[in-house]
Amino acid sequence: MTQFETVEHDVLVIGAGGAGLRAAIEASAQGVSVGLVCKSLLGKAHTVMAEGGMAAALANVDERDSWKTHFADTMRGGYYINNWRMAQLHAQQAPDRVRELEAWGAVFDRTQNGKIMQRNFGGHAHPRLAHVGDRTGLEMIRTLQDHGIHQGIDVHMECTVSSLIKDGPRAVGAFGYTRELGKFKLFKAKAIVMATGGIGRAYKITSNSWEYTGDGQALAYHAGADLIDMEFVQFHPTGMVWPPSVRGILVTEGVRGEGGILKNSSGKRFMFDDIPDNYRSSTADTPEEGWKYVAKTDANARRPPELLTRDHVARCILKEVKEGRGSPHGGAFLDIAWIKEKISKSEAHIKKKLPSMYHQFKELAGIDITKEPMEVGPTTHYVMGGIRVNGESQMSTVPGLFAAGECAAGLHGANRLGGNSLSDLIVFGKLAGEHAAKFAKENSSIHIDNELVDQACQEALAPLDSPAGSQANNAYEIQYELQDLMQDNVGIIRNEDDILKAVDGVEKLKKRATTVHAPGNRQYNPGWHTALDLKNLLLVSEAVARSAVVRKESRGAHTRDDFPEKDDNFSHVNTVLRKQDDGNMQVVQEEIPPIPDELQQIIEDNK
Amino acid sequence: MANVTFRIWRGDKESGEFQEYQTVVTEGMVVLDAVHQIQAESANDLAVRWNCKAGKCGSCSAEVNGMPKLMCMTRLSDLDLDRPVTIEPMRAFPLMKDLVTDVSHNYRAKQKIKPFKPRKPDNADGSWNMAQEDVERVQEFRKCIECYLCQDVCHVLRDHHKHDEFIGPRFFVYNAALEMHPLDEEDRVEDLKKSQGIGYCNITKCCTKVCPEHITITDNAIIPLKERVVDRYYDPVKMVLYKLMGPKKKKS
Ligand SMILES: Cc1cc2nc3c(=O)[nH]c(=O)nc-3n(C[C@H](O)[C@H](O)[C@H](O)COP(=O)(O)OP(=O)(O)OC[C@H]3O[C@@H](n4cnc5c(N)ncnc54)[C@H](O)[C@@H]3O)c2cc1C
Ligand code: SF4
Ligand code: SF4
Ligand code: FES
Repeated sequence: MTQFETVEHDVLVIGAGGAGLRAAIEASAQGVSVGLVCKSLLGKAHTVMAEGGMAAALANVDERDSWKTHFADTMRGGYYINNWRMAQLHAQQAPDRVRELEAWGAVFDRTQNGKIMQRNFGGHAHPRLAHVGDRTGLEMIRTLQDHGIHQGIDVHMECTVSSLIKDGPRAVGAFGYTRELGKFKLFKAKAIVMATGGIGRAYKITSNSWEYTGDGQALAYHAGADLIDMEFVQFHPTGMVWPPSVRGILVTEGVRGEGGILKNSSGKRFMFDDIPDNYRSSTADTPEEGWKYVAKTDANARRPPELLTRDHVARCILKEVKEGRGSPHGGAFLDIAWIKEKISKSEAHIKKKLPSMYHQFKELAGIDITKEPMEVGPTTHYVMGGIRVNGESQMSTVPGLFAAGECAAGLHGANRLGGNSLSDLIVFGKLAGEHAAKFAKENSSIHIDNELVDQACQEALAPLDSPAGSQANNAYEIQYELQDLMQDNVGIIRNEDDILKAVDGVEKLKKRATTVHAPGNRQYNPGWHTALDLKNLLLVSEAVARSAVVRKESRGAHTRDDFPEKDDNFSHVNTVLRKQDDGNMQVVQEEIPPIPDELQQIIEDNK
Repeated sequence: MANVTFRIWRGDKESGEFQEYQTVVTEGMVVLDAVHQIQAESANDLAVRWNCKAGKCGSCSAEVNGMPKLMCMTRLSDLDLDRPVTIEPMRAFPLMKDLVTDVSHNYRAKQKIKPFKPRKPDNADGSWNMAQEDVERVQEFRKCIECYLCQDVCHVLRDHHKHDEFIGPRFFVYNAALEMHPLDEEDRVEDLKKSQGIGYCNITKCCTKVCPEHITITDNAIIPLKERVVDRYYDPVKMVLYKLMGPKKKKS
């Protein structure tokens, strides 16, 4: 049997982004021993890249804001298939979680009277996003990291979990390898929190890093957990499109929140042309009204159409491009420089409010955003679907296995509002940590079957042991082919034929992946790591495609040109994926529990 | 489109050497793109750290043609591509493999620094009031992405290997962020002098020059901290006051 080291914790948290760190801090505060594992160095998780802000109804900028409005906005943004209990808890608890970050040292931008500043974002009725320029994610992760390192948490960084270990129905351990030396580690734990983030690497054009290979979703699925809503992948409307090597890198929605407008090749501000009915009453009629909203000079002004939800804005940009009105490199123009017509010292203002966007365009594209428009187009950004959890405890359908953050599902329904992810991380990270600690205290005895560990070792070693081959079983090659397949067939606009092509293509790639070969040894070997991540990436791609087939309607981020309308048959269902005994993926649609009257009333009141 | 030669350091703790690779460079590519292309084409096991590809995570630090850089923010069009482009790991830290170094020193250094300790909240909901002008100073320091390029160039670490006695410029920035935080009430001046070795810094400003976040490390962080140390330990009047009254937080 291959050697491995055994580590024991009461609670093991997998992932050290905002959700994982917050969960670990909370579990530790409950008096249990906590281990925290992450693929990268501590402080480098995806959360660090978040830009625009975190949504919380602090009502610092507009006192009309309240948890109820935030709840209603989240449900409307999610096209009402959200887990309403999560949407409620999120809206109610986000303000306290944000204030808690301040108590741990976060330094948010301030209002005139010294409170936490909040900015406008798509789909939020009021300025709601607490932020620090456009580097809010850095502020969040650094604050949690710097607080967390003094809470007695054992951090295992640059260690990748490759499988979960169960004892009967219950999750009791995780098996992984250290990136540096390729040594194996077995983590025994009474409760496990998944906080591994998203799946964006399944697509070619993406704002996501190499870490986003859907590990948490895939590992949980193989351990028997339900996945839901995987057809809902958010394509952010504004990614960089030029030069090619930076294609997909995010341009924060904060640019539009600060007044940025979208124009086509003839200079037309096209977003006024198509405003969805359910947002008509809350959208500005004229550019002038839109500016008043952004500049906060008129409390009754309604938001400009650039701040409609992401799914809609992405589709509008795509339409301009398809109809031949795109920018030179196949996008649209995003212009913030124009605000010089409205405010003096606009250049300094833009640099202050959007410093990292200024930097990013200057250094990577040679463009000065205070003077020229940016070229932008849709990029794969976020997955609304993921591990199904209990709305209160955050436990998955596998006892002892919890999930929080992007890898969990429910809060965002069919489409996430900007800023609702960072607040999701701290609200549900905390709840997951709390309930995992409780579970660990109540269910202490665990047993691990060595045979399962041996099996996990074999699986991890397979790519190194398999015979050297051709390009056909090179992990990078298969990954590129998968990314093209998903981009072309299960992208922003889908139809049955294309999706089935993807389902079929994934099956073929899965077969090829069984013989994938990684040259080199176990020491810091990205080829080996890519080969192992590939299995997860294939699984989540299959999950997206199979879910997309059965939702025969267009809703939120899921747009089908063969079913262009919303359909009531699907307005109360989640798409659920489950691993069957024969290893196949079962797809079923399940009714969402009815929403309580008082919550429905809040939605009506805010319509 | 051009075929460009890259000399990349390959090796581990025991031994290593530069190896040459060729790859096709297209418009807009950064150094990290070339490394990835080489990794996919001809060196699957070439070790390199990265995450964001947008200068936000501070993972991809290396020395490009001898200059400490973020590989994801260094455009190939800014380099002389007629000659081989040299890429090697940060030299101030022990090598793990290829371009990846053991940066655990930095995590240990941070652990030693006393954490944030806020004054009592100003408001009943547990919040505080702070003016934008008062937070801006600290926000500069909080931009740090922990790329450790400043640590890499600082001669106290790089040439004199004082890793055990000297926390390095990144952690003076960190100290400054805490010390100048409008809410913080902790006192870190003694630690700065005694266990963190601020005295070793002779203000060469090399750290400031390489910071990709343009933090004015020396002028805005290190010098004010040094002044606090001087005030406390070398100003005779303040020394007597300190002995009589104990640590007193100075907020400036
Ligand atoms: C460019 C960009 C900008 C964004 N801006 C905003 C914004 O302004 N507002 C907002 O609300 N949201 C924003 N988002 C979305 C938001 O940042 C993410 O959804 C969120 O940070 C995810 O956090 P997380 O804690 O779930 O996971 P992450 O922060 O991604 O952390 C995942 C962790 O899991 C670890 N991990 C993964 N797999 C394994 C494994 N197999 N073994 C061990 N560890 C593993 C990783 O190493 C990492 O530590 C943005 C996203 C991007 C990409
Ligand atoms: S100024 Fe001080 S800390 Fe910075 S590089 Fe020089 S000696 Fe090191
Ligand atoms: S201070 Fe600058 S150079 Fe040093 S670690 Fe931070 S960002 Fe990097
Ligand atoms: S990859 Fe994040 S800074 Fe370069």
